[in-house]
Amino acid sequence: MAAVELAGAAEAERLRRRFGRRHALARVGVYLAAVLAALVCAGPFLWSLVTAFKQNRDLYNPENNPFFFNLAATPDHVLYLFRDTAFVTFVWNTLWVGTLVVAITLVLGLPAAYALARLDRPWSGRMAIAIFLIYLVPPSLLFLSLSRLVVTVGLQDSTWSLVLVYPTMTIPVSVWLLIGFFKAIPKDVEEQAMVDGYSRLGAFLRAVLPLAFPGIVAVVVFAFTLTASEFIYALAFISPTSQKVVSTGVPTELIRGDVFFWQSLQAAAIAVAVPIAFVFNLFLDRFITGFTMGAVKG
Amino acid sequence: MAEVTLERAGAQDGTGPARRRLADREGFLAWALVLPSIVYIIALVAVPFLLAIGLGFSDVTAGDPTYHWAGLRTFRRALDDPVFWRSLRNTFVFTVTSMALIVVLGKVLANILVVDFRGKWLVRFLVLLPWTTPVALSAVAWLWLLDSIYSPIDWTLRHLGLLDGNLYWLGRPHLAMASVIAVHVWRLTPLSAVIIMAGLVAIPSDIHEAARMDGAGYWRRMLEVTIPLTMPVVAVAALFGAILTFTDMTVVYVLTRGGPTNSTQVLASWAFIRGIEGGDVAQGAAVALFLFPLLLAAAVAILRAVRRMEVR
Repeated sequence: MAAVELAGAAEAERLRRRFGRRHALARVGVYLAAVLAALVCAGPFLWSLVTAFKQNRDLYNPENNPFFFNLAATPDHVLYLFRDTAFVTFVWNTLWVGTLVVAITLVLGLPAAYALARLDRPWSGRMAIAIFLIYLVPPSLLFLSLSRLVVTVGLQDSTWSLVLVYPTMTIPVSVWLLIGFFKAIPKDVEEQAMVDGYSRLGAFLRAVLPLAFPGIVAVVVFAFTLTASEFIYALAFISPTSQKVVSTGVPTELIRGDVFFWQSLQAAAIAVAVPIAFVFNLFLDRFITGFTMGAVKG
Repeated sequence: MAEVTLERAGAQDGTGPARRRLADREGFLAWALVLPSIVYIIALVAVPFLLAIGLGFSDVTAGDPTYHWAGLRTFRRALDDPVFWRSLRNTFVFTVTSMALIVVLGKVLANILVVDFRGKWLVRFLVLLPWTTPVALSAVAWLWLLDSIYSPIDWTLRHLGLLDGNLYWLGRPHLAMASVIAVHVWRLTPLSAVIIMAGLVAIPSDIHEAARMDGAGYWRRMLEVTIPLTMPVVAVAALFGAILTFTDMTVVYVLTRGGPTNSTQVLASWAFIRGIEGGDVAQGAAVALFLFPLLLAAAVAILRAVRRMEVR
C-alpha cells in the first residue's frame, strides 16, 4: 500500500516537474511563505537571543540598531541568570513537579485509557468525550476555590500543591491521546496473549503496554509541557521564591518593580523555549495521530 | 492474584459459561480501571467547581475565610463595578477578534506546513515555538519587544521615517488591546495550524485525484473540496482558540496587568486581581463564574462538530 502510494507520489512529482516554470514559481512561493511564517513565529525569540548577549551600554541606547551587536557581545547576563538568580531553582522545581505529575498521570491514565479503548462498554465512547471535555474547564474558573482547598490541606506556598492539582489538566488530554494509541494496536495481540494464558489484565500489562511505548513517550512529553506552561495555579498558590516554578518565577522574580533584568529575562525565555520546542517537534506527528485516532470508533 | 488463577481456569475450560464469566469480569475491570481517574477528576475539578459557585454566594475573604451565605449580594457588588463590564466587553473583543485571525492564519500556516520542502524540519521547529513555550515566558519576550522606549518596532518605523518618538505600545488603550490580541494570535495560530493539518492529512487522497482528473485547479479544489471537508476540524480549531483566549489571563497579566486604567482587563485577570491580590475571594469567584456559560456553549459546539466528523 505504502509502496504504491510512494510510486504514485513519484509519478505525480514527475508530472508536476513537466509543468515547468509555473511549478518553479509555486516552489519559490512555498519557500517564501515558509520563511516568512518561520520569521513571524520565531521573531520575538530571535530578538530575545540577540538581546540576551548585549552589553547594557549597547542595549539601553535607543539609537543603536536593536537587531545587531553594536558593541561586543557579552555572556555576563546569561551567566548572571544561572549563577546569581533563583532561575536554576525554578528549573529544578519545574522538573520535579513535572516528573511527579507525569507519573501520577500515567498511573491513573493508562488503565483508564485502556479500559475506554478496549473493554467495549456501551458507555466508553461517551465517557472518553466527557473526560476530554474536562480539559476545557479552565484554571481561571477553579483557581480561587482550589486555592482555598490548598490552604485547607496545608499545601499553600508549597510546590506539592501543584503536584496535587496539575494531574487534573494532564489526565484528560493524556487519556484521550492514549485511547488513540491503544486503538492503533491490533486486537490480536491481546487475544494471543490471553490464549497463552495471561489474564485480561496480564495481557494489558505484558503485551499491550510494551507496544504502546512510543505513544506513552509522546504522552509524557505532552503532559510535561502542559505542567511547565501552567501559570495561574502556580501564581495563585505559591509566593516564596524558593518554591516557584519557571513560568511564574521568571516574570515575577526577575522584574523587581521598575527594574527589569532584560538580558537575563530574555536568556531565561530562550533557555526554556528551545528545549521544549525541540522535544515537542520530535513527537508532533505522533500527537496528531493520537488526537485524531481518539475520535475514531474502535 | 486470585483473579489471575480464576481467569486461567476459565480460559482452560474454554466453554460457554467461562466465556460469559470473562465478559462479566470485563465489565468489572472497565470500572476498576477507569474509576481512579474519575475519582481524581471529581475530587479536584467537580468539587472545586461547586465550591466556586458556593463562594460566589458568600462573603469569604482571604483574611476572614469563614463561610457566610451572602445570597446575591456578592454578585451585585461585582456587577456594580464598571471595571467588570469593561472586562466583559474586552473579553468578547479579544476572543472574537483573535479567534477569527487564528483560524484564517492557522489555515494558511497549515497549507504551508503540509507541503514538502527542504528544511521543513527547521521551519516546523520555529513555527511551533510560540505554542510550545510557556505563555508567561513568551509574554516576557513580547514585553521587551513592545517596550515603550527600546521597542525594535518603533526603531524600525523611526528609521523608515514613519514615526517620530515612540508609540508606547502598552501605554495607550487601543494599542495595548491590539498588542494583547496580537500576542494571543501569535501564540495560538500554530496550534490551530496543527489541528487543521490533522484534518487536511485525513482527507483521502483519491478525492483530490478525482477532482484533479475532473480538471479542477488549485483554488477550485481548495474552495470546493478541501475547505468543505475540513470544516468540522476548522470548527474544532476555532473553538479551542476561543476557549484558550476566553479563559486566559497570562498574556494580559504579564503584559499590562489589565492597564492602562483597566483598558485591557479581562474577566479572568479581573477575577485574579480581585480574588487573589485583593483578597476578596467571593467577588473573584463571582466574576470567574461568568466564564462558565460561554464555556458550556463552546463545549456543546465542539461536541456537535465531533459528531459530524464521526458521521462522515
